Amino acid sequence: MQIHLNGSPKTIPDSMNVTTLLQELGVSPTSVVVELNKNIVQPDCYAASTLHDNDQVELIRFVGGG
Amino acid sequence: MLTIGGHTFHSRLFLGTGKFSSAAVMRQAIEASGTEMVTVALRRVDLDNPEDDIMSALDRDRCVFLPNTSGARNAEEAIRLAHLARAASGSSWLKLEVTPDPRTLLPDPIETLKATEELVRAGFIVLPYMNADPILALRLQDVGAAAVMPLGSPIGTNQGILTAFQIEIIIDQARVPVVVDAGIGAPSHAALAMEMGADAVLVNTAISVAGDPVAMARAFAQAVEAGRTAFVAGMGCRGKQAQASSPLTGTLATDLGFLA
Repeated sequence: MQIHLNGSPKTIPDSMNVTTLLQELGVSPTSVVVELNKNIVQPDCYAASTLHDNDQVELIRFVGGG
Repeated sequence: MLTIGGHTFHSRLFLGTGKFSSAAVMRQAIEASGTEMVTVALRRVDLDNPEDDIMSALDRDRCVFLPNTSGARNAEEAIRLAHLARAASGSSWLKLEVTPDPRTLLPDPIETLKATEELVRAGFIVLPYMNADPILALRLQDVGAAAVMPLGSPIGTNQGILTAFQIEIIIDQARVPVVVDAGIGAPSHAALAMEMGADAVLVNTAISVAGDPVAMARAFAQAVEAGRTAFVAGMGCRGKQAQASSPLTGTLATDLGFLA
């Protein structure tokens, strides 16, 4: 199935959840905030948040800025 | 001492963390500046560089972490970023920035006011970046801004305090701290803002892109302290006519009478 990850299409296996997505991407779950279809996903809900076709996923983190 | 949002600050220099050449230089500059408040931005994770994490380079025990909403073009986008920032930082501090025009990066006053009102209601400690408009400053403090952040000149321009006249009015009227933000390009600009009675200044580009950012951070710390001390000491009034510094009485003789 295909999701939109940070604005770009990405093909992922069926029944992937936020935890397994972060693992596959090599992103530490404590360093990011996850938005799924414009709703913030709390860290304790990552494993229970199964992804679906056409989901919009945003992975956001802090960077240097003024 | 300066108190914002219930937090007391010993240093009146706030530091932006953008455009440093490395995390190590940023850390040293923060240390040299003595700052207790640093700003950060939120961006999408660079999936080609997933380990890159500024949080690991910052000491949150020493500094309040002030996420900004840079990139937001309207209130709706700023509010979305604010909630992401709170989820990511675990705190409610927020530097609200709404800048619809990428050429000037000037803040949208109407969207900024709308977003401030809503974010204060949602429990954020909101420090809005604003044009140096005294009426807007009053409106922002009326809806609950924890401080106001008028610009000296546009972001990253190093032009200094081009808005001195308006900032003086804002300082005169403010019931909340006034933090002069943006455009401060030299320690003398920061000192001027502090001499005018600003409560703090926020500096980023002038330090991060300096030849020696660590030394520049130290220079800014000294300038902010000097400016603040001068303000508290009480600055003399400006005048058009000369006022002699030396006494005009007790001159020696009539042939020196022209001194009288």
